[in-house]
Amino acid sequence: MLEIRRLRAGYGRATVLFDLDLVLNAGEVTVLLGRNGAGKSTTLKSVMGLVQPTSGEIVFEGKRIDSLAPYRIARLGLGYVPEERRIFTDLTVDQNLEVGRRPPRPDVPEWTADRVFSLFPHLAAARSRAAARLSGGEQKMLAISRTLMGNPSVLLLDEPSEGLAPLIVEHMARTIIELKRTGLAVLLCEQNLRFARRVADRAYVIETGQVRYGGTLAGLEADSTLRGGYLSI
Amino acid sequence: MSGSAILLQFLNGLAGASSLFLLAAGLSLIFGVTRIVNFAHGSLYMLGMYLAVWLSESVGFWPSALTAALAVAALGAAIEMSLLRRLYPVPELLQLLATFALVLIARDFALWAWGPEDLLGPRAPGLEDAVEIAGGRFPEYDLFLIVVGPLVLAALHLLLTRTRWGILVRAATQDRDMAGALGVNQKWLFTEVFALGALLAGLGGALSVPREPANLTIDLSVLSDAFVVVVVGGLGSIPGAFLAALLIAEVKAFAIGLGFSKATLVVEFIVMAAVLVLRPWGLLGREAAPLRGPAALEPPLALPSRNVLRALLALAAALALVPLLSRGYALVLLSDVLVFALFAVSLHFITGPGGMLSFGHAAYFGLGAYGAGLLLLRAGAPMEAALVLAPLAAGIGALAFGWFCVRLSGVYLAMLTLAFAQIVWSVAFQWDAFTGGSNGLIGVWPSAWLASRTAYYYLTLGACLAGIAILWRVLYSPFGYALRASRDSPLRAGAIGIDVRAQQWAAFTLAGLAAGIAGALYAFSKGSISPETLSVPRSVDALVMVLLGGIQTLTGPAWGAALFTWLQDSASREFDYWRAVLGAVILALVLALPGGVGGLLGGRSTR
Ligand SMILES: Nc1ncnc2c1ncn2[C@@H]1O[C@H](COP(=O)(O)OP(=O)(O)OP(=O)(O)O)[C@@H](O)[C@H]1O
Ligand SMILES: [Mg+2]
Repeated sequence: MLEIRRLRAGYGRATVLFDLDLVLNAGEVTVLLGRNGAGKSTTLKSVMGLVQPTSGEIVFEGKRIDSLAPYRIARLGLGYVPEERRIFTDLTVDQNLEVGRRPPRPDVPEWTADRVFSLFPHLAAARSRAAARLSGGEQKMLAISRTLMGNPSVLLLDEPSEGLAPLIVEHMARTIIELKRTGLAVLLCEQNLRFARRVADRAYVIETGQVRYGGTLAGLEADSTLRGGYLSI
Repeated sequence: MSGSAILLQFLNGLAGASSLFLLAAGLSLIFGVTRIVNFAHGSLYMLGMYLAVWLSESVGFWPSALTAALAVAALGAAIEMSLLRRLYPVPELLQLLATFALVLIARDFALWAWGPEDLLGPRAPGLEDAVEIAGGRFPEYDLFLIVVGPLVLAALHLLLTRTRWGILVRAATQDRDMAGALGVNQKWLFTEVFALGALLAGLGGALSVPREPANLTIDLSVLSDAFVVVVVGGLGSIPGAFLAALLIAEVKAFAIGLGFSKATLVVEFIVMAAVLVLRPWGLLGREAAPLRGPAALEPPLALPSRNVLRALLALAAALALVPLLSRGYALVLLSDVLVFALFAVSLHFITGPGGMLSFGHAAYFGLGAYGAGLLLLRAGAPMEAALVLAPLAAGIGALAFGWFCVRLSGVYLAMLTLAFAQIVWSVAFQWDAFTGGSNGLIGVWPSAWLASRTAYYYLTLGACLAGIAILWRVLYSPFGYALRASRDSPLRAGAIGIDVRAQQWAAFTLAGLAAGIAGALYAFSKGSISPETLSVPRSVDALVMVLLGGIQTLTGPAWGAALFTWLQDSASREFDYWRAVLGAVILALVLALPGGVGGLLGGRSTR
């Protein structure tokens, strides 16, 4: 449902992605693996319109989206959760969810605050607390919840397990699997191969802005040069 | 002061705080979301006043106040959609200049529509009387105003915390791009916020009609008041704006009540200074994320080649020969060009290589001019001594104001420089006995041996070329390199042992001194000085000169000054509304050539 073709993008004069190709199928969890600075986050930002591609195409449900403004891309059903969380710290948890709320879409079940809280019970207790006062893990959950309130059909998730305690990582993995069961397609960046293996159906390995591998996780693990050369674990 | 007099003065201050708060709150809201400091905010207030007076003749005061506020809001929305939308990606300096162009246009529009005389408004029906409070009489209307401020504060608070719109505004204030990635259409949000800010400004203006007459200079005076309030309260904080408006208005009221009405500006200045020293980001403000500098991607300033130096020397020689060819008006015009070239080069010195946006550089030009005039006329100093000492007055002014300015950066600094310049202007404008008030000083003539056009031309030529040469030379000294390092990366400059603030302070002072030389020369060449010499529009003239020539070049500002002076000389004789024409030209420059002028500034568009 999402296809990236020969994408080239970067910051200012520095090109980061070189002719990157990638496909995300409906109802599937796909993981982008790669070292620090490989261009994983830049890929997600380009899809979201936060980084302007210099060439190439990004097609979502048959429609070119590579020159649309971020808000239009979001309204088409792409939800983005940044690596740095970027929650609105001045607002309360409830207000953060309100910012993300969009009208329901016919093809996906509607997300409400209550439904989000059943996914992340931690947040329910902090509804009226200022988001600045949440822990790092809670902020990550809030960032995901906020995006879910927009009823996306594709979730772009940047390093959901980063910096979380092991117990919370496990919770996060179960959450992603749960989201997939509701029909959501997920494209996530990860450095944690174990986490990726737990949640993903397919994997891409990116190095210096190019795809080095695309296929199943089992295939990736069978390839020892890839494992040793491009991944941290 | 008796207890009841204190109470009445206090209430008076509260009433004054309300309009100030409306204005500052709008400014803060707009800046929070769009990151543009709207220099035309005072003009919206002024239009609100004029519209309210004008409409009240047909519909009465209360409906006219409401209609005026709504009309100003609609105008704000139109300005946002037609102008500001194109300005978001351009560098700060151009944004500020473009909104300042609106100030020029709005003022000439008001002049055209309502004439130069102050326009006295009606009293508010139903609130014409005064009530007895603690043995004194206090106007009912002022009591009403006292209530308006807190009411608007409460309404804004509810709007921003309880409505979806307000929550989106706050989200966009904190992280615009993230709000966009969540599906928030910033385009309309920006328009709506701007319209709300304009509504508050227009309402503030309309509601002040029963207290004071509408006049053409109120735009910049309330703007600088609002800047002071916003700097003191913390940019972006509505409660901060409220607190600061109360503080400033009370300080003013008591200064007047105690009989220091001339000193209100000084007292206001002291309060602001104290707050800035204790809390650089204002009472309730937070440290701002470093704003994009004016010259984020400037290429290094190249050392002029031998050929360029030869050409400049040849030009100087040619200028020295001009009196042999003509002793007429050309010499007068050329003298002006030289004076403004020095003025523009001194401004370029701090805005370009120094990286400090100044909207008040004319203050130092004017201090030099007034210094010369006052030394000659009031202190009886010989003309030569006055000419030499006057720039020192400007230097001292720059030293004092610069100390505060270098503590801030980006738009905060620009706001502060404008507020200081407005303070200096007000002193010159109001202090009739000393500065001649609105009439200025006359009879500022040079000594006999310099009185001929040719002699004075040579003096101007020598002094201006020397001043320009020294400023340029300084740019290529270790001090100049340290200054540019401080602009490009304050953190790294600090890390290698450069005292960034000290560099900037010294640069600010030196530029003030040079502007003072230009000002003193200007005073003696004209024989008279008017407050316009140090008005904020004069500061903007200098910025336009710098921009015309190109801020990234060394000699550009001098060419810009020549072009501007010549254009102004011809255009101001042709058009009555020269300022509006200048405003339109600025807008055209910024809009038609965002890549051109913007490219010169090293602007990058971001989404
Ligand atoms: N805002 C930016 N401006 C300039 N360069 C950037 C910016 N963000 C990232 N880069 C550069 O782009 C390259 C790719 O960065 P990106 O964030 O996409 O990597 P990543 O694969 O997500 O790495 P990580 O695992 O560290 O998150 C890096 O070399 C980085 O330095
Ligand atoms: Mg990343």
